[in-house]
Formats: sequence, C-alpha cells, structure tokens
Amino acid sequence: MNWLLPPGNSTFAGDIDFIYYVILVITGIAFVIVEFGLLWFVIRYRRRPGRKAYYTHGSMKAEVIWTAIPAVTVVVIGVMSGGVWNQVKGRNAAPADAMVFGLTAKQFEWNATYTGADGRLGTADDFVVRNQLHVPVDQPVLIKLATEDVIHSFFVPNLRVKQDALPGKTIDVWFEATEPGEFEIACAELCGLGHYRMRAFVTVHTADDFARWMAEQTAAAAAGE
Amino acid sequence: MATSAPPIDAVHAGHGHELSFIRKYIFSTDHKIIGVQFLLLSLVGLFLGGMMAMAIRWQLGFPEGSMPLGGIFPETMVSGGVMLPEFYNSLVTMHGTFMVFFAVMPLLVGVFGNYLIPLKIGAEDMAFPRINMWSFWVAVIGTVIMMAGFWVEGGHSQAGWTQYAPLSADPQWTGVATGQQLWLLSIAVLGLSSILGATNYITTVVNLRAPGMTWFRLPLSIWSLFITAILVVLAIPILSGAAIMLFFDQTIGTSFFNATAGGQPILWQHLFWYFGHPEVYILILPAMGMVSEVIANGSRKPIFGYHSMVYAIIAIAFLGWIVWGHHMFQSGMNPTLGMTFMISTMFIAVPSAIKVFNWMGTMWRGNLTLHVPMLNAIAFVAMFVIGGLSGVYMASTPVDIYIHDTYFIVAHIHYVLFGGSLFALFAAITFWYPKMFGRMMSEAWGRVHFALTFVFFNLTFWPMHYLGLQGHMRRIYDPSQYEFLQHLSGTNRFVTISAFLLMVSQVIFAANFILSWFYGKKASENPWNDNGLEWSTPSPPPHGNWPDVPTVYRGPYEFSSPEVEEDFLPQHQKLPGDLEPEAAGRGS
Amino acid sequence: MAHANAAYMDPPAHREIGAGVYNEKLGMWVFLGSEVLFFTALIGSYIILRFGTPEAFAEPGGILNIPVTAVNTFLLICSSVTMVKAFAAVHDGDQKGLKLYLVATVLIGATFVSVQVFEYVQLIHEGFVPSGYVAGSHFAELAAAGELPANVNIYGSSFYTMTGFHGFHVTMGVICMVYVTIKAFQGKYTATDHRGVEVIGLYWHFVDLVWIILFTIVYLV
Repeated sequence: MNWLLPPGNSTFAGDIDFIYYVILVITGIAFVIVEFGLLWFVIRYRRRPGRKAYYTHGSMKAEVIWTAIPAVTVVVIGVMSGGVWNQVKGRNAAPADAMVFGLTAKQFEWNATYTGADGRLGTADDFVVRNQLHVPVDQPVLIKLATEDVIHSFFVPNLRVKQDALPGKTIDVWFEATEPGEFEIACAELCGLGHYRMRAFVTVHTADDFARWMAEQTAAAAAGE
Repeated sequence: MATSAPPIDAVHAGHGHELSFIRKYIFSTDHKIIGVQFLLLSLVGLFLGGMMAMAIRWQLGFPEGSMPLGGIFPETMVSGGVMLPEFYNSLVTMHGTFMVFFAVMPLLVGVFGNYLIPLKIGAEDMAFPRINMWSFWVAVIGTVIMMAGFWVEGGHSQAGWTQYAPLSADPQWTGVATGQQLWLLSIAVLGLSSILGATNYITTVVNLRAPGMTWFRLPLSIWSLFITAILVVLAIPILSGAAIMLFFDQTIGTSFFNATAGGQPILWQHLFWYFGHPEVYILILPAMGMVSEVIANGSRKPIFGYHSMVYAIIAIAFLGWIVWGHHMFQSGMNPTLGMTFMISTMFIAVPSAIKVFNWMGTMWRGNLTLHVPMLNAIAFVAMFVIGGLSGVYMASTPVDIYIHDTYFIVAHIHYVLFGGSLFALFAAITFWYPKMFGRMMSEAWGRVHFALTFVFFNLTFWPMHYLGLQGHMRRIYDPSQYEFLQHLSGTNRFVTISAFLLMVSQVIFAANFILSWFYGKKASENPWNDNGLEWSTPSPPPHGNWPDVPTVYRGPYEFSSPEVEEDFLPQHQKLPGDLEPEAAGRGS
Repeated sequence: MAHANAAYMDPPAHREIGAGVYNEKLGMWVFLGSEVLFFTALIGSYIILRFGTPEAFAEPGGILNIPVTAVNTFLLICSSVTMVKAFAAVHDGDQKGLKLYLVATVLIGATFVSVQVFEYVQLIHEGFVPSGYVAGSHFAELAAAGELPANVNIYGSSFYTMTGFHGFHVTMGVICMVYVTIKAFQGKYTATDHRGVEVIGLYWHFVDLVWIILFTIVYLV
C-alpha cells in the first residue's frame, strides 16, 4: 500500500498529480501535528492526583494564528488548482487542432463514433465501433460525450479523465495521450444493474498505426453499407 | 418564582398526576422519553445499516464466494448463494439511506436534540411537547414505509442514496417501481418529522432559557443543535420538494427530470445537494458540540476559545449552505461555477481547523481524565481530522477529476461519519447514559469496545484511501471485472475481514448498553463532576425536570476555577459574589 | 405589533429574554420559514425548466383560464381581509365579529379550493394533464393545428405540482381554520389571549402571498 498515484499517460496527468502531491505534503504535515499532538497531550497531561488543570479561557493570539495559517494555505491550494482546472475542463479548453470523436454511453456499453474520411461528425461516412475508442498518440483528442438513457461517467484512470454524460446534452472532453497502449474505460456513476461491467477500451496508437487502423475501418464501414 | 408563571403548555397540566403506561412511555410528550424512543429506534437503524454494510463487504471481498447466511434471502436477491447485482445495488442504496436518515441523523438530532436541549438550558420541557411526540411518531411511519420497500415486487430502490435522475425517475432503468416510490414517500414523511422537531428546538432555545442562561453561557452542544435546527429548516424542505417531484415523475407521468420530455436531470442534483451538503453538517455539527462538552469535562479545563468555537459553528453552517456544487464538479455543470464552489469549499477548512485546534487547546495543560466518553471524544478529534484533510483533495477540482466517485470518497465520508459522528455518539451515549437510565455503563467493557472499534475502524477505512487512489470506483458489484483493479483483490479482502471484526466489536457495545440498563451501578446525580444544568437534577430526571427552574450564574465550562476547592463549578451554583440575573441587567 | 397584548407577549417572568414573541408565534414563523424553502424548490425548478425550454410553455391564456382564476385570486385576497378583521375583532373583545369573520374566511377558503378543483376538472376534460396532452383531446388537436406548443409535458408537470401543493396548503388551512372557528364558538378566545387566531392568521396570509406569486408567474407571465 502506498500513497503514489498510478502512472498517468496524458499531457495534463502530470499537472493533476503534482497538485495531488502538494496537497499530500500539506495535509501530511497537518496530520502529523494534530495526531502526534493529541497523543503527546494524552500522555503528558494525563490525570495526576492533587493537581489542578491550568485555568484559561483561551488566547486571542492563538486563535488568530490558527485561523490565518489554514486560510492562507487553502487560498494557495485553490489558486494552484484553479489554473489546472481551467486547462483541463475550462470553457474551450480543448486545443483548436483536436481530432473529433463521438462517444455515446448507454446501459451498459460505450459506442465510439468515428468521423470517417471527412473528419467531421454527423455526416454519412461516420461509423460506430462498440466499446473501442481508438486515438492517436501525441495528438489532442476532443470527445463529444453523450448518453442515450441515464447518467454515466466516462472514466479513464490512466489518462486522468473523468466526465459525467448527461441525458439531453453533449459534453466536450479532451485529452492528449502521451504513450501508446491500451487503457480501460470504466463507468464511474451508478447507472443500473450492469454498472460494474460497463467496461471499454481506449487504444492509443502511434500516428502511423492509427492512420492504418482508420483506413481499414473506413473501408470496412464503406463496404458494409 | 417558578410557581407564579403559568405552564408553557396545557400538557403540563398533567404534572404530578400519575400518567397511564401508554401516555408515559408510548405516546409520551416528555422530551426525555421521546429522546430515548428515538435512541432505541435509531440504534435498530444503525444495526440494520451495519448488517447491509457487511453484505456489501462480503461481495467486494469474495465476489465469487457463496455468501454466509445467503440462504435466508429469496432467489430474487441471492441466487444459489451468490448475491445478485440488483440486490447489491439495493444494499448500497439502503446502507447509505439507513445510516444517514435512520441512524446518524436521528441519533444526533432526534435523540440528543430532544434529550439535551431542555435539560441543558433549564426548561421543564420543549416549547411544544405534543408536536414533539408527533415528530417521533411521524418518523416511525417513515421508517415503516422505508422498510416496506424490501418486501415489495421488484425489491427496494437501486438508484443509490443520492437517487440521481433519470435512473431513479423511470422504472425502466432499474426495474424497480414500487420500492423506488416508497423510498421517496418515506423521505418526504421523514422530512416532516425533522421540520417539526427543528421548529420545536429553535423555539425552545430562543424562548425557554432559564434566567441567567444568556446566549454566551449556552453550552456548545446547544449552540450546535440550535444551528443544526436552522440548517434543517433551510435544507430539508428542498429535499421534500425534490422528492415529491421525483415521486410524480415516477407515478403520474410528470417529466421534471426526464430529458427526453424537456426536463433536466441535473436539476435533481442541484436540488439534492442543495439539501445534501447542509445535511452533511447536520450530521457533524451536533457531534462537534457534544464532543466539546466531553473534552472540557475530561480535561477538567474550560473550553479553549469558547467564542471562536461558537463563531466557527455558525461559519461552518453558513459555508456549508453555499458549497453544494462541489459534489458536481464532474457532472457537466458550468466549469466556472466549479471554480466558485471550489473556493467556498476550501474555506470550510478554516472554521474546521479552528475547532480542532481549540479542542487541542482545551486538552493542553489539562488534567486529563480518560474515562470512556473522553476516549471516544479524543478519537472523534483524531478521526475527524483525517476526514477533514482528505476533503481537501476532493475540494481541489483537478484532483477531484481523478478521485471523484472512487473509494477515496468512500474513505472520506466514513472518516467523517463513522470516525467523526459515530465516535462522538459513542462518547455522548456513554456520557449521558447515567442521566438517561439512572445507571452507569461498564467502564471496563467500554474501554474494550473503544479499543477494538478504534483499531478495526482504521483497518477498515484507511486502506480505502489506497483503493481510491488506484482508481477503484465506488458502487461496483464486482471489481474483478476490470484489469486495472485486479491487484486490489487482496486489499479488498483485508478491508472486508476488518469490517467484519468491526461489526463484531459492536456486540460489546450492545451488550454493555442493554445489560447496564438492568445491572449497571446506580448513577448519582452528577457522576462526571460536570457543570451543566442536567447534572443538577436526579438521574433520571422526573417529568418537568426540576421542582423549580434553576438560575444560571456562569458559563458551562468553569472547570478548575481558582474560585473553588473542587475542579468543577456548576452553572447553577451561587457563589457569594454572584448577582441574580435581574440585578445583573439580564432577564426580564 | 404595537397593539399586541402584554399578558402573553412577554416571556414568562422566569425566563431569559427570547425573541419577544410567544412560543406559538415563533414556532409558526420558523415553520413558515421551512415552507418558504419548500415553495422555493418548486418555484425555482419551474423557473429553471421554463428558461431551459421556453417553447414548451403555452402563452398566457392559451390553456389556462385566466378570468376564472383572477376571480379566485380576488376571493383569496378577500379571505385575508376577513382574517385581519377576525383578529381585530377578537382583539377588541368583539366575539360576534370574531365568529362572523372566521366563518367568512372558512367559506371563502373552501370556495377557493372548490374553484380550483373545478378548474382542474375542466383542464383534464379538455386534455391538459400532468404528463402533457391527452391524445385525441381538444388541446391535442389545437397543438396539432399549431395553435399550442407541440409538447407541454414540463408545463403540465410544474403547473399541477405547484398549484396542487398550494391547494393542499389552502385545504390544510381551511381544516385548521374550522378548528379555530369551533374554539371561537366555544368562547376560548378572549381580548387578552387569542394566540390561535393570530397564528392561523399568519399561516393564512402566507398561503395567500404564495398564491399571488404563483398566479403571477404561472398564469400571467
């Protein structure tokens, strides 16, 4: 058991993990002060016959200190977090050159929509692959996330991506994978009976592999029509 | 003086009369009896919620294994000894529901609100004793409706205690219709009970304080229950309204939360968390208040920074009321709103830190009497800190992207609600048990129970942080479905075994509670040498609490005062220099 | 209130100073506070849904009958006036006036509920229900002809929920008012102690106020 996060394979994973470690250090210090302080007091000031406790109603100075320090600390954490939040989920955070994919959840599967040759969704040459999202490495990817029935949540632990899919809405999610490989997609929002097995895969290809895969699929989809 | 004032309510005309058994113990209007009734009802709720947790843990620890006692369930819940996913989802829903609405909330607010408020402020009873009785019996009706859900066609609700629409709004998504509707009905009924109770608490604290019991002489437990009652009045009606809308979506074809007909699923989340976050503070503020009483008593020292403690309670309640959006960072809500909610959420750390450091300040240079209530109260502080600190991770929006809806949040909520509220309740029950039942609980068994609970609690919930950091989602029936969770099966099994041992340890508490009622050492009027007004009347107090309402001369935490020989100085004890409240310019 | 009576307005002599009002009144204030939040949940949802899908809401008067409801609104306002009169009467020791005005308030309140039931029956008959239009009904035909919105699910949902819960509150108020009236006929209220009359009055004025808001945002806007 450890406090480290599993490897992150997207461009913003490092930023998210960095804030996590900053908070880990800060809360770790507070944890040690309070827990060992309590333990020390229990031992040091345990009851002894004939002794009276020190009679005091408090100290203004102490109150100011332990109000100010947490206040400053949380402002620092808040400001740091705000920057990364905007970068990952802010309005129009997705880079302009992002490649577009569709992803539609339903009980209990993820359907990935590919643009086909024209690079645009909603056209005749779109094709759908069930539970398989194939993307190129080192290329920003914009996913149009939707759902056909209830709320699901698109979660790829290795990419540090999580976003609920809302009925009646299409939500933009973006990421840029930094390493090729196959990563699991999980549903993170209780969505019914099969919630626990609503599993799919993101396959991150090298640029060449992706082009090859895309060409094959496009041809297959065209042949199937 | 007391005899000159007319009775507060006609019910008190029954003073001194012999009441029938039914009026005395069943349909009683005595706040102390109602408190004990709530105690027994919610301890049953706590036990049921705990047993549901055991079934959940069995499934997570041993996903393929045949469940012990699985045979007692019908085939629609446990088939061939193996729990079905639909039953698992029901259990997850009902564990949360029972622990929040039928265990911790009634234990804190129903039990101690009722028992302590009149006794600690020096009132003969609540302002509205009959409404108080109704508040309990309406809660019983709510409990019966909720329990009924287990026996109806299709089983109980499977939508999680948060009941996110549209999963909860249309039977086609979970296959549950009646159970789902009973859930919503029960919550609306329970809401009425809470509002009746809160109305009573607020009126009583404002209008019925004994002479000399000024606002800043109120014990912190009363302050926190008073602020909690205000939160109840502000939060619960929103849940009732939302539950009724969802109920109509289920039954008469409205479409408030149905996107295909123009409704808005996210509206449910806003309404639910607008209630839900104040609810979190409803579940912790009274615990903080009662722990303050016990820590001052156990340290034999005045509360460090009484005024900042009061302001911290008010600040927590206020901030808690405007931060609901932090449950919805990943919900598709406007990201700019996410920023606002993150900042307001972060600031809750400040009053929380003030409280923790003031508790430590109270213990500093004290003369620590480590009786069982004190041990549990110290454990409250130690565990609440962990729950508070783990909250910072979720408040940080980017980190929340990763840990949202994982076991990290499960660990967090249990450190606050079990490590926090429940340890505070163990402290409170053991502390006020002698007053309630006139007998002491066993000190030795109390220590054993404390030690085992403390150890197994941490062994159960500490590893959940790790599970969450590895990405383990919450509310999943079978983690072995995922490649990236395979290496966690050993941790899951360890947590499950710890949880079983934690549950078994509670047998000691149950036995101690029941046996002490009959065989415990007789309690004196003031067994803990405390200062509160409740300790100035026999254990248990008679109907009406005091022959004459006591007069208050000082604050509630005058321990180890240099003015007297003993290390405590009760609020009602008059010293030579003390002025009568009227003479001091207070009172009427 | 300056004319309120000192005999029960002050806290009992052996109490610390409280809110300066007697328990029943303070309790009713707190309860009404929770009622405000309850209606906020319903009305707030209505506003959010209406902004979300403005096309699902009919023009004023398109489906709802404004003249009938306007008369009904006027009746409810009148009942608030009779309530005030009842309170003034008992305060001046006029027992006859108290009984008269309480009976008037009960009757007007009951009339309001009856008119609302009549309105519901009409609307349902013409095909407007909580789930939208009834297939083949008068309103459904109008919608098909383009004279009404194509889909009024949300409109039906919020209209019936809000006005229904308000009607429920009026009904509860009438029941409590009947209880108070019975006690008034038994002579339980005096010029010095008439807490029941004042407390039910607070509730009644609150319900009246909620209706004026509902009438404005549901019928007129």
